[in-house]
Amino acid sequence: MSATPTFAPADASATAPAGAIGTVPTTVAQALILSRYQFRDFLRSRRFILMMGIVLAAGAILTTVVAYFRPAGLIDNADDLYGGLWAGGAGVVIVFAGIIFGGDAIAGEFQNKTGYFLMGLPIKRTTVYAGKYLATLAASIVSLIVYLIIVTGNAVYYLGAGAFSVPIPLIESFAITLLYLLALLGFVFLFSSLFKTSAYAVLVVAILFLFGFSIIQEVIVSLAHTEPWFLLSYVNSINAYPLTGVPGHIVTTRSPFGRATVTTYNPTYFEGLVVMAGYWLLTTIGGLLFFEREEFT
Amino acid sequence: MTPSIEAVGLTKRFGSFTALDHLNLKVDGSKCVGFLGPNGAGKTTTLKMFTDLIFPSEGEAFINGVSVQKDRKRALSVCGDLIESPEIYPSLTPREAFQMSGALRGMRPEEVASRTTTVLEEVKMMEWADQKFGSFSKGMKQRVNIAAALLSDPEVVILDEPSTGLDPRGMAEVRSIVRGLKKGHRLIFMSSHILSEVVDVCDEVALLDRGKLLFADRLANVTQRLGGGVRAVEAEFASPLDETVLASQIGALPEVGGWSRTDANRITLQVKGGPVEQAHLLEKIASLQLGLVSFRESRSALEEVYLREISVGDA
Repeated sequence: MSATPTFAPADASATAPAGAIGTVPTTVAQALILSRYQFRDFLRSRRFILMMGIVLAAGAILTTVVAYFRPAGLIDNADDLYGGLWAGGAGVVIVFAGIIFGGDAIAGEFQNKTGYFLMGLPIKRTTVYAGKYLATLAASIVSLIVYLIIVTGNAVYYLGAGAFSVPIPLIESFAITLLYLLALLGFVFLFSSLFKTSAYAVLVVAILFLFGFSIIQEVIVSLAHTEPWFLLSYVNSINAYPLTGVPGHIVTTRSPFGRATVTTYNPTYFEGLVVMAGYWLLTTIGGLLFFEREEFT
Repeated sequence: MTPSIEAVGLTKRFGSFTALDHLNLKVDGSKCVGFLGPNGAGKTTTLKMFTDLIFPSEGEAFINGVSVQKDRKRALSVCGDLIESPEIYPSLTPREAFQMSGALRGMRPEEVASRTTTVLEEVKMMEWADQKFGSFSKGMKQRVNIAAALLSDPEVVILDEPSTGLDPRGMAEVRSIVRGLKKGHRLIFMSSHILSEVVDVCDEVALLDRGKLLFADRLANVTQRLGGGVRAVEAEFASPLDETVLASQIGALPEVGGWSRTDANRITLQVKGGPVEQAHLLEKIASLQLGLVSFRESRSALEEVYLREISVGDA
């Protein structure tokens, strides 16, 4: 052993012999391994039961309402039914999945000290981030699929067994919903990386996605008379377009109470896809940069 | 390759507070090194930089010559560590967590299975291998964490106060595990504030106080050099020894500079000279057939050195 002041100091310029990496898997392989075990942890956790409870409750409410009112425009054909029940509801399922599975994904590593176990292994932080992101994505997709099964059950009940043949527009809508999920999880992981306390991360994400963005959207439209194209919650509505058709981009209607006009904005496909992809890319990079610099103090 | 860890100008500042101040320390070879210091001395900060949990303000940490800061994956591939009582995902069992850990390290499944049995048996947790980690007590978790650090049979083991949270039996078992680890081609770097633990298992010690390294040396040299040139050892006997026997037979030996009774069965001896004289003394006392049970570096001697060095720092 050498040390100062007892011994001569370690030589800063000394090049020590190279260590052996052995057969440590590649970054991608490690991310997949980590995501598999994290997903297993999700499946056994109370949060998964909670999420399934929310999805089943939402599905039960929708089923009851449709069964009671039997709205003619909704139960006449598969596109309208999926457009009404799937497109809108999927956005809500995603928000809850993001909060429940992703809210503390990174913050929890610090608060629960699971990060001390993981980060002591020969694994890059990027790998940990990617592995947890993939596991959260998988758990969220499971939630979405359960919701889709409930909607499909309604479709089969009202439209017959023919509704089993998945319409192409539904596949397109599902793909757009997945892009929204990727973007939302990027956003959730960014906030989760900013905090070392899970509760803060979950709270901020919940407030933003359940109320915050809706309020901001209303304020921008009502007061600034501007299209809120930059809000993720706004562009999410394009997931209904394959099923219901593309509405006018800017629709101005006369108020029934006088001469005033009301302007409604609808995102275009291009806006929606670009904004979602942009959110996904920027928030994922941002979250990763924060996580790379965060210390386990 | 000789296992090694090295800190080169390692410094950590938190705002205006300097937790670690230009630590230069190189430890290599198969041995156990105790990293001592009072609370807040910078021990855990140092170990966290060696495992890349926090980042140095200046300097670099190397494991087997590979910079932890520049290539953590490669550096940590030869290292098993236990820092600050980590948690495993609560829904996973130790066996599953080790499968994950082993897979991430690139171990073959059959190798993971075999090592899992070995290390869990070593920490007496085999019967809990398939129970969820979240249901374990603090002490049980710490045992599993120690096993996790040893899973890959690493060349370098970094342990941050491994006895934390364990009952006396658990602490004794940890000491026994560390002693067992020393039999392999392995470097163990272990922080502790339990001096008896260090004396029991460590070959060398480094003392840190207020972010500065005060000394680093072989345990015997530390107690000798900083103890005024006198080496102190503690001898334990099976039954109480008569005062006259002690004085005439042990006290009269040329290697003994002085002696004092620690309790009925134990005495502390001041050894004149170095390791060779100490070895002679052991042989002579054993040949006296007085029922010698143990003969080791005096805990109290290290404690004296420790307290004196720390109090010098306070002054």
